[in-house]
Amino acid sequence: MSTIVMLRALRKPTSYVFSPYPSSHFASMSRFISTLILAEHEDGAIKPSSLSAVAAAGALSEGNSISMLLAGAGPSLQKAASHAASIHPSISQVLVADTNKLSHPLAEPWAELVHLVQQKDGYSHIIAASSSFGKNILPRAAALLDVSPITDVTEISGPQLFVRPIYAGNALCTVRYTGGDPCMLTIRSTSFPVPSISADSKSNAATISQVDLSTFSEDADRKSRYVKHTSQETERPDLGNARIVVTGGRGLKSAENFKLIEKLAEKLGAAVGATRAAVDSGYVPNELQVGQTGKIVAPDLYMAFGVSGAIQHLAGIRDSKVIVAVNRDADAPIFQVADYGLVADLFEVLPELLEKLPDKK
Amino acid sequence: MKIMVALKRVIDYAVKIRVKPDKSGVETNNVKMSMNPFCEIALEEALRIKESGLASEVIAVSMGPAQCVDTLRTGLAMGADRAIHVDTSSLLYPLSVAKLLKALVDAEKPGLLILGKQAIDDDCNQTGQMVAGLLKWPQGTFASKVVLDKEKQVATVDREVDGGLETLCLDLPAVITTDLRLNQPRYATLPNIMKAKSKVIKKVTPAELNVEIKSDLETVQVTEPPKRKAGVIVSSVDELIDKLKNEAHAI
Repeated sequence: MSTIVMLRALRKPTSYVFSPYPSSHFASMSRFISTLILAEHEDGAIKPSSLSAVAAAGALSEGNSISMLLAGAGPSLQKAASHAASIHPSISQVLVADTNKLSHPLAEPWAELVHLVQQKDGYSHIIAASSSFGKNILPRAAALLDVSPITDVTEISGPQLFVRPIYAGNALCTVRYTGGDPCMLTIRSTSFPVPSISADSKSNAATISQVDLSTFSEDADRKSRYVKHTSQETERPDLGNARIVVTGGRGLKSAENFKLIEKLAEKLGAAVGATRAAVDSGYVPNELQVGQTGKIVAPDLYMAFGVSGAIQHLAGIRDSKVIVAVNRDADAPIFQVADYGLVADLFEVLPELLEKLPDKK
Repeated sequence: MKIMVALKRVIDYAVKIRVKPDKSGVETNNVKMSMNPFCEIALEEALRIKESGLASEVIAVSMGPAQCVDTLRTGLAMGADRAIHVDTSSLLYPLSVAKLLKALVDAEKPGLLILGKQAIDDDCNQTGQMVAGLLKWPQGTFASKVVLDKEKQVATVDREVDGGLETLCLDLPAVITTDLRLNQPRYATLPNIMKAKSKVIKKVTPAELNVEIKSDLETVQVTEPPKRKAGVIVSSVDELIDKLKNEAHAI
């Protein structure tokens, strides 16, 4: 092992961040790092959350050889593959699994695909974003490979050393992976912002190769079938990536009143979020829920109206840069995390904000 | 058809947790423990399926130290028919739990295994997916609606995914993990709590199930998250807009 360690140390003294704790895993740390990213694509483009996974892979080590795995079928997949090949200079290879069995991201064939690719190429790390896609597929693939996955990593301190929130973000747990290859992670996208890429990096395109699916099991997709997908069409930015998020809670009292939140969001070019109470009362659909069991957001500005600030909700917003809370109850826990609080009736504040805020756009 | 439901004992969701001063973990001594909320939803769903005549028996299982029996007893009081406790003091990560569950499924042969989508302590969101992988069963994760068709032996599952809802059709046997929206769990009534005392909780060990508990993860430390610096209370909308513009530069 020593040769590789020394070579790496010479090449880049900052590649490793050793923990202050004695480790008996130097052997495993000296392994060559190569990462496979399970990527999601939509309309011929790689989703932003998968680009965060590239940023996370970059944090594992310098000189990490990164491959991106895409699956699906048809022209949209090919378009996404060329997008992937040119999107980031550190991606060295794009693997494409083109088959109708993977035209929908079902866990059963996807996990088998990951298993197949890992058997062939032997990556040291496999990463997916902590989206509903990543959380559905990666643990299943990990079980097939007999390794423990690590969920929702927010910080990478070394190739085997990770920080992740537990107890709804009320504690941070540092874990060391001591098992064999691959080390499998889902990463919290908001913790790994994608660096902007300069235009000239496009010359540095990755190779695109097809995954050999000849050994792909026939019945892999027969046990589960995709039926349909329903979603609310919206012009507003995606909740997970928005720069500003405006959220309403039980204090809005009705779906009708929630429209005030939507109006304010439109004015600010913001995404709309909701608490569990607002979703349960039927003011807005589930997919807008922010918190431990909903979406985790970390916008530049988070504005909460009629939100009390339960533990489970705060879990989803605590990394926001600026938090604004408007609530009638001065004792509401939300004020303990808010940078700016306004104790007032939101039905008076919202119209006033709508009137006085400058128009975005 | 039998349904197996996995239950986890965790710190009650309403408790404000405390990190131990030696950073070894979270204080669990003298802290209120309860059934993981997602597990309650899983059990409720199993009970509703049984009550609609589509299942014959609901088996609740839990793994961990002796106190897990309390959680199983709660499950029996809600209406589970019998329970299995895998008795171990070893630290269990989801991979081990999934292996233990697979062994129990192999022994009991249920047609459906229902779990919560995540435990609110480790927030892993892995066990259901992992046991489905080990069993080579299809999985319906983050379910907000489950419809069983006994004739065709399929389950139609609505899943809560990032962009909305996704509907899948799964061949039975299958693994389902529950989202919050699936149902409203019932309370155990006093007569049912009394009845639960005479229901059977079978105790097994990992060794009896031929499962070796080993771990490829090590907790290095548990710390408190950084505190946010104290904010200010503004007195008017004008002041708020002014602060956001000129102090925070957020709008």
